[in-house]
Amino acid sequence: MTTADVRISEADLADKPLLEIRDLAISFKTGSGEVQAVRNAHLTIMPGETVAIVGESGSGKSTTALAAIGLLPANGRVSGGQILLDGEDISHAPEKRMIELRGNTIGMVPQDPMSNLNPVWKIGYQVKETLRANGRPSGPADVAKVLAQAGLPDAERRAKQYPHEFSGGMRQRALIAIGLSCQPRLLIADEPTSALDVTVQRQILDHLETMTAELGTAVLLITHDLGLAAERADKVVVMYRGQVVEAGPSLELLQNPQHPYTQRLVASAPSLASRRIQVAKELGVESDELLAPGTTPRGAVVVEPTMTEDVLQIQNLKKVFKLRSGFGKSTDFTAVDDVSFSVKRGTTTAIVGESGSGKSTVAQMVLNLLQPTSGKIVFDGVDTSTLNNKEIFAFRRRVQPIFQDPYGSLDPMYNIFRTIEEPLRTHKIGDKASREKKVRELLDQVALPQSTMQRYPNELSGGQRQRVAIARALALDPEVIICDEAVSALDVLVQAQVLNLLAELQSRLGLTYLFITHDLAVVRQIADHVCVMEKGKLVETGSTDEVFDAPQRDYTKALLNAIPGARLMLPPEVA
Amino acid sequence: MKTNRVIEHFVAPVEETPLLATDSLKTDQAPLSLWADAWRKLRRRPLFIISAVMIALIIIVALFPGLFTQVAPNDNCQLANSDGAPAAGHPLGFTFQGCDVYSRIIHGTQASLMVGVFSVIFVLIIGVTLGALAGFYGGWIDSVIARLGDIFFALPLILGALVVSQLPFMRENRGVWTVVMVLVVLGWPQMARITRGAVIEVRNADFVTAARSLGVSRIGSLIRHVLPNALAPIIVLATMELGVFIVAEATLSFIGIGLPGSIMSWGNDIAAAKSSVRTNPAILLYPAMALSVTVLSFIMLGDALRDALDPKSRQR
Repeated sequence: MTTADVRISEADLADKPLLEIRDLAISFKTGSGEVQAVRNAHLTIMPGETVAIVGESGSGKSTTALAAIGLLPANGRVSGGQILLDGEDISHAPEKRMIELRGNTIGMVPQDPMSNLNPVWKIGYQVKETLRANGRPSGPADVAKVLAQAGLPDAERRAKQYPHEFSGGMRQRALIAIGLSCQPRLLIADEPTSALDVTVQRQILDHLETMTAELGTAVLLITHDLGLAAERADKVVVMYRGQVVEAGPSLELLQNPQHPYTQRLVASAPSLASRRIQVAKELGVESDELLAPGTTPRGAVVVEPTMTEDVLQIQNLKKVFKLRSGFGKSTDFTAVDDVSFSVKRGTTTAIVGESGSGKSTVAQMVLNLLQPTSGKIVFDGVDTSTLNNKEIFAFRRRVQPIFQDPYGSLDPMYNIFRTIEEPLRTHKIGDKASREKKVRELLDQVALPQSTMQRYPNELSGGQRQRVAIARALALDPEVIICDEAVSALDVLVQAQVLNLLAELQSRLGLTYLFITHDLAVVRQIADHVCVMEKGKLVETGSTDEVFDAPQRDYTKALLNAIPGARLMLPPEVA
Repeated sequence: MKTNRVIEHFVAPVEETPLLATDSLKTDQAPLSLWADAWRKLRRRPLFIISAVMIALIIIVALFPGLFTQVAPNDNCQLANSDGAPAAGHPLGFTFQGCDVYSRIIHGTQASLMVGVFSVIFVLIIGVTLGALAGFYGGWIDSVIARLGDIFFALPLILGALVVSQLPFMRENRGVWTVVMVLVVLGWPQMARITRGAVIEVRNADFVTAARSLGVSRIGSLIRHVLPNALAPIIVLATMELGVFIVAEATLSFIGIGLPGSIMSWGNDIAAAKSSVRTNPAILLYPAMALSVTVLSFIMLGDALRDALDPKSRQR
């Protein structure tokens, strides 16, 4: 572990690495002492090369990158090793030197486009600020040029606008413009597109690729998505628990992962694994074997779903919101427009769309939390809008939601027992002892130890909370579960685990899922039917295979093309 | 840029970072609720310990003044002792009327504290109820309650108290309860505002939607989920207001519209001492000190609670 992990061939010996990280160790001071965040990290970036660091949240990938630009949080410090930029050790360089380097030698594109532009300054001013700080010409023409290079149309006018007038994708372009404005030799892009819709993500990354290739900029791309990393980078570095566990050429790493963690990651990455599962399904292989280990043994009884009956029918559903626009006036905004589809019992139907497509509004209406403006939702033969209070109460037992944000969907004041018991108590099911027994059973079903009962949500990880949310949804033995982006906030391995659990519960309990998501890769893993929504309208429906293999609409095609890693060559044993 | 560079495939030895089970649960620590967590943080903070000890002491003094002084506050007032210096058994000297200063301060604690505690209780009842309804339901309920609150909010304390305490009913029944009433009437909008804000913040949380879709009624979700989660800022404000109300009582008593002279309170003592402020400022100083120390304790407690209950600082 003392040699650098990348060696240069004879022909390129003259080619010196731009950034070399050797034996890097970073520690943080916390309330409970010094915590090692990164150990023994090795990384080499050659000029013009794109290197991706992949890892789950908390693996130290962002910390490593921040150390390279000297922007560690105040309680963090480099406790060992070297960061060599052109042979100069900058791991303990004085702030003055770092200021010299930032901007024109090392640029940075931060993660969240929504919060990384100052809302009170015009975009142009924020670009100008960067140019001026690095002693470059900063007239209006220069600013417009920088923005135009980043792919902002009509850059001169755009420079005079404020961040709130920009969409997420445009803001990210502006941030890329700022990051590249001084033509740095290294650009650090920290999850540059994870907050954006897939199609926008693709455009931005394509553009970033062309731009950095033109300028000869090396890119350090930080991402949680192995598919995206492999597609965009020459070299992938996998980090796990603060260490580099594997590094190598991207394709080789995917095809021939050596470290058990990388193997696990490759097996679970939805963008890569999806086709495996499809193949596996056809061969009748249990999906567990392909996904992450460590879930429950499966139950012996498998309920054969009767695939014929429509449990949910959505007919010409429409929802119009009144938006306040000035004094006493309001404009109509049609969030959901004439949507019809039906869901068969025991199957999974996915509603796919980008942000603002109205997919979550549909879910809210199916849950009877929002009243449709027109149209009908028929559940088990009954129009849900005709239900009275008592019938709604009964309806709630049969249709349960699981929400996106595992940090928001559990009441922080309730311990896990009370959380899972609440539906039982609300519906006055059983006495205290029988309810406790049921809670224990539910925890078993979602593969959490029974001792979890006494814990509070803040003690659990995102995946564990989501499993608690699933247990709560299952408490009333519902027939339909609405998953609103239920796995979007989770790390890939955890995501695979939760998807696996959902699939297993479906086969055991005959559940029907309505799965709302923006992630087509996940859809392929779990859904039988797909509904694609765009701007409130349903543009395509069909079985998953139909939609994936022969998409009819351009929009669907664009979505499918945008799945990171979709264009990659699959490992030979799968394809 | 794709050159003939060879990128070596590096694999770390597995022993160095052994693989953990995906998403395994830590089971070695005791469960921790919000309150347990707050308590864990509080009990190590000197600010909290000092203020809690002070407040405990003040409460004991208020409940059992007899434990701290044998001298009856009003019986032995002899004009011979007027403005007298400290003497044996009378550690802080005598007032203008020749009463024992120390004894009066000890016995005055009760009225001051009662005004503070009861004002806060009623402010909590009214302010939290109205604020929660306004925040949770929004719409016209919110508008009506907010405007109503603004009316009272716009009245300066002294001016408002002058007006309210001149109502015939109030004038005839002057005592602890009328002061409490004045303070509650003028003090609830602040509490309602804070509650409203906290409720709005929690109202749209996923767990409230989840509870609703489990079949919990609207009002049920307000009481069981929204309010408990909005409690932290309310508790902090209540603690701080307790101090503020004690000062307000003293202010009102000082200008003569608070407690009647027959009830011993710090405010009355400060008012009475103003005539001898040039000759014997100590008489003014002692009740004023008692007042400031009490108020300081409550505000310090509020501060410590705010830090401990801050959700952003929650972590393991």
